[in-house]
Amino acid sequence: MAGFPDPTRWLALDWVLVAVAAWLVVGLGGLFALRKLGWVAKVLFPAGGAVALLLFAVALVAMFSPAEHAVLPLGLPGLPFHFRLDPLAGFFLMVIGATAAGVSAFAAGYFRKGEGTPPGLLCLEYHVFLASMALVVVADDAYAFMVMWETMALSSFFLVIANHRLAEIRQAGYLYLLIAHIGAIGILLSFGVLQANTGDYTFANMRAQHLSPFWASVAFLLALFGFGAKAGIVPLHVWLPEAHPAAPSPVSALMSAVMLKTAVYGLLRVTFDLLPAQLWWWGVLLLAIGLASALFGVVFAAVQVDMKRLLAYSSIENIGLVFAGIGLAVLFSAYGMKPMSALALTAALYHVASHAFFKSLLFVGTGAVLHATGQRSLGKLGGLVRVMPWVTWLTLVGTLASAGLPPLGGFVSEWLLLQSFLFAPGLPSSFLNMLVPVVAALIALVAALSGYTMVKFFGVVFLGQPREEQLADAHRAGWWERAGMVWLALGCVALGLAPVAFIDVIGRVTRQLVAAGLAPASSGWLLVPVDIDRASYGPIVFALGLATSFALAFALVRRLYHGRIRRAAPWDCGYPWQTARMQDTAEGFGQPIRQIFEPFFRMRRELPSPFDREPRYRVIVGDHFWHWLYQPVADLVELLSRWIGRLQQGRIAVYLLYSFLTLIGVLLVVRR
Amino acid sequence: MSVLGSLSQLLEIVVALLLAPLLVGWVNQWRAWLQNKSAPPLLQPYRVLHKLFNKESVVAHHASSLFRSAPYVVFSCMLLASAIIPTLSTDLPLAPAADAIALVGLFALARVFASLAAMDVGTAFGSMGARREMLIGFLAEPALLMVLFSASLIPRSTSLATIVETLAHRELAIYPSLAFAGVAFTMISLAENARVPVDNPATHLELTMIHEALILEYSGRHLALIEWAASLKLFAYSCLGLALFLPWGIAEAHAPLELVLALPVLVLKLAIGGMLLAALETASAKMRIFRVPEFLGTAFLLAVIGMLVHILLGV
Repeated sequence: MAGFPDPTRWLALDWVLVAVAAWLVVGLGGLFALRKLGWVAKVLFPAGGAVALLLFAVALVAMFSPAEHAVLPLGLPGLPFHFRLDPLAGFFLMVIGATAAGVSAFAAGYFRKGEGTPPGLLCLEYHVFLASMALVVVADDAYAFMVMWETMALSSFFLVIANHRLAEIRQAGYLYLLIAHIGAIGILLSFGVLQANTGDYTFANMRAQHLSPFWASVAFLLALFGFGAKAGIVPLHVWLPEAHPAAPSPVSALMSAVMLKTAVYGLLRVTFDLLPAQLWWWGVLLLAIGLASALFGVVFAAVQVDMKRLLAYSSIENIGLVFAGIGLAVLFSAYGMKPMSALALTAALYHVASHAFFKSLLFVGTGAVLHATGQRSLGKLGGLVRVMPWVTWLTLVGTLASAGLPPLGGFVSEWLLLQSFLFAPGLPSSFLNMLVPVVAALIALVAALSGYTMVKFFGVVFLGQPREEQLADAHRAGWWERAGMVWLALGCVALGLAPVAFIDVIGRVTRQLVAAGLAPASSGWLLVPVDIDRASYGPIVFALGLATSFALAFALVRRLYHGRIRRAAPWDCGYPWQTARMQDTAEGFGQPIRQIFEPFFRMRRELPSPFDREPRYRVIVGDHFWHWLYQPVADLVELLSRWIGRLQQGRIAVYLLYSFLTLIGVLLVVRR
Repeated sequence: MSVLGSLSQLLEIVVALLLAPLLVGWVNQWRAWLQNKSAPPLLQPYRVLHKLFNKESVVAHHASSLFRSAPYVVFSCMLLASAIIPTLSTDLPLAPAADAIALVGLFALARVFASLAAMDVGTAFGSMGARREMLIGFLAEPALLMVLFSASLIPRSTSLATIVETLAHRELAIYPSLAFAGVAFTMISLAENARVPVDNPATHLELTMIHEALILEYSGRHLALIEWAASLKLFAYSCLGLALFLPWGIAEAHAPLELVLALPVLVLKLAIGGMLLAALETASAKMRIFRVPEFLGTAFLLAVIGMLVHILLGV
C-alpha cells in the first residue's frame, strides 16, 4: 500500500484494511459520544453495518483473484505485520461481513440506556471486536495473528461484561477470559513448533518447513487444543453457555456466528495450509471430538430452559458438525482422495456460513424478545406471535434453518455432510469403513434432535398462550431491528435456494486447500456433488413444488368448497377451564430427552415428602464435565494458592528473610 | 425432461391423491373384519373428506396464521413426497430435485409444522401431542435415514430412482443388509404413521393419543387436509417400502408400456400390503409411550446393522 495511490487501483487487501480502519474510526466516534445514545445508535452502528457490507463485497471479489500480500510497519521495530488475502481468508471475511451487516443494523435498534457500560464505549468495543476478527483472518504471521487474536478475546470479554454490575455476568466473563487465554497458549505453542527453530514467524516460512510427522502432530494437537477452546469443543465448551447469555444479544450473535468461526479458520489454516501433509488419525480425532460435541451440545440444548443458553448449546452442536466435516476432509486428504476431501470440506464450510446466518438471526431474535418482555426464561414466555409478528416470522426462518429442514440453508450443509459420509466406504482401511455407518447414524440423530430442540425453542417462546400476564404488553421490535433480522433471514433463504452459486465460491477455498473442488454444475438449478446418478438436490424446484401445491390446495379448497371460518374457544377435549399454566413448559418438553439420555446429565432431584406444607419439586441438570474435570482443577488451584498464600505474612521482616534465603539458595546453586 | 416423464409424473400425483384415502379405507376394512366388527364401506374416507370440506372451520380465538397455514404446508409436503417416490415410474422430472435425504427432510418439515401448529393454540393436549410427535420423530427420522442409506449403498447413490432401478435389476435373492433394513423400515413406518404398537389411529382416550392430540383443535377443511395428508403419508411410506424392497413392476424411462402395467401391479402390491398392515395392527397391542424409544431404538440399531452388514459382506 505504498504511498496511497489512486483508489481505483487499490488491491482487495487494501480495501479490507480500509474497511478495518473505517471500523476503528466508527468505534472511536463512539468514544467522543459516550452517552449520546441517539448518535451512537442511529449513525455509528448503521455506518459500521455499511462498512461490513463493503467488506463482504471486497471479500467476494477477492475470492476470484489471486492471493495478495501486504506488510504494515506497525508493531515492534523490525517485526512488521504481514497480511495476506487468499480464498480461505476471503471466505471467512465474507462470513464476517455478511453477518456483521445484519447484526449491526439490529444493534442500531437494540442498545438502550441502562446499567453498565455506556453506549459509546460499547460501540468502540463492538467495532474493535469486528476489526480484530477481520484482521485475524488476513494475518500472515504468527505475531500479527496472536495480537489480533488477543484483541478479539479482550474486546469480546469487555462486551460480555457490558452489564458488569451483576455478579453472575462478571463470573461468566471471567470464565470466558480464562479459557480464551488457556487456548491462546496452545495456539502460541503450536506456532512455535511450526516455525521449526528458524526464528521466523511468518506463515510463509512455516509453509516452507518440512516437519517430521511427530512434530507435525504436536503442532496439530496444540492448534486443536487452542482453537478448540475458542470454538467450544467438548470438553472446552463450558464458557459458551455462560458467556452467551451474559452478553448483549447482538454480541452473542457475533460471538456465536462469527467468532467461533475464526477458530475454525485457524484450524483450517494450520491443518491444511501451514502443515505440509495430514495424517489419517488427525481426521479420526477431529471426527470423534466433533461428533461428541455435536451430540453433547444438542442433548443439552434440548433440556435448557433459558433461551440463550439453549442457543449456546446449539452452537456447540453446530461447531461439532463443522469439526466432523473437517475431520472427514483430513481423513480423505491423508489417503489422497482429493475430490472426497473437497466434498467434506465444502460441507463444513457451507455449514460455517449457514450457521453464521441462522444462529445470528436466532440470537438477535432472542434479543428482540428480551427487550420486549424482559424475560430470558422459556418458562415465562409464550404467545408472542400475536404481539411481535415480525420477530416471530423471521425467527421461524432461523428456526427451520437451524432444524436442518429443506429448503433452507441448514439443510444443504447437512445434506452435503451426509453425502460425504455416504461415499466414505472407499477408504483403504476396513476398520475406518466400518466406523462410517456409525458416524452417519450419529449425524442423523443429531440432525433429528436439533429439530426437536428448535420446535421446543420456537413453540415455547412464540406460540401458545402467554405464560405471564405482562407479556400482552410486550412492544414490537423497531425498524432497525427488523431490518437486521430481514437481512439475516434472507441470507438463510438464499443459502438454501442458491447452493450452486455459493458452492462455486467455496470451490475456490477447497482448490486452495486440497487442490480439488466439486464438479462444476451441469445445470444451474441442480446441486450435484459428484455425479447426477449418485445424488442431486434442486432446492428451487423443491421450494416451487411446495409453493405450487400449497397455492393450488388453497385455491381449490376455496373454489370447490368455501373459506368460512368461525372463531370459538379452544376445544381441548371439551375442557373449559383451560389456563396458560396447563401448557407444556420448557422443562416438560425436555423431559423425554432427560429420560432417554440420562447418562449425559448430572441430575439432582429434590422430591417433596408427603408431609411438606409447601411441596417443591426441583431438578437440577448439571454437566459431568464441570463436576469431574473443571471442579477438581479449580479445587486444586485453590488449594495450591492457599498454600502459597501462607508465605504472605504481611511483616517486612518475614519478607526480608525470604530475600535472604533466596539469595543464599542462589549463591549455593550458582558457583563459579 | 421427456413427455412421457412429465406424463408419468402427473399420473403419479393424481394416483397418489386418489389412491391414498382408498388405502386407508382398505386397511380400516380389513382391520374391522379381522377384529370381528362390521366394516365401514371402502369409500368411507372420501365421504369423510367431502363432509369435512363442506363444514366450516372452527378456529380458536387466539390461533395465529401459523395454525391456519400448517394444514396446507403438511399437505403440500406429503404430496411432494409421493411425487418424488418412484411409485409407478422411475422416469420422473421432479425426482432429481430431491433424493432420499431430501425426502426425509420433507417428512421432517411436515412434522415440525404439525407440531408447531399444535403448540399454537396453547392447550394442554396440543403441546403434549407436539412433544410426543417430535419424540417419535427424532427417534424415527435417523432410523429411516439409515434404512435409506443401507439401500443406497448398493448402487452407491441416494437418488431414489437410481436405487429402485438398480435393485430391480439385481438377482432375486435375500440380501442380508436389505433384510435388516426391511424389518427396521416396517417398525419405523408403524411409528411414523401412528399405527398400533406406537399409536392408535382410532383412539379417543386422551392420554394415550399422539397423532390425534396433535390435530385435536382442527376442524372443517383444515382437518380434511390433515386427514388427507395423513393418508398420503401412509401411501408414501407404503410406496417407499414397495420401491425399496419389492421394486419389480415399476416402469423405467425406456419402457413406456411398463407404465400401463405399473398401476395394476401397484394396486395389487398395496392391497396385499394393506391386509398385512391390518393383520399386524390386530395382532399387536399398543405399548406405553415410554416403551416407544426402545422400539424405535431397536429399529435404529437394526438399520445400522444393515449398513454394517453391507459394508462387511459387500451384499
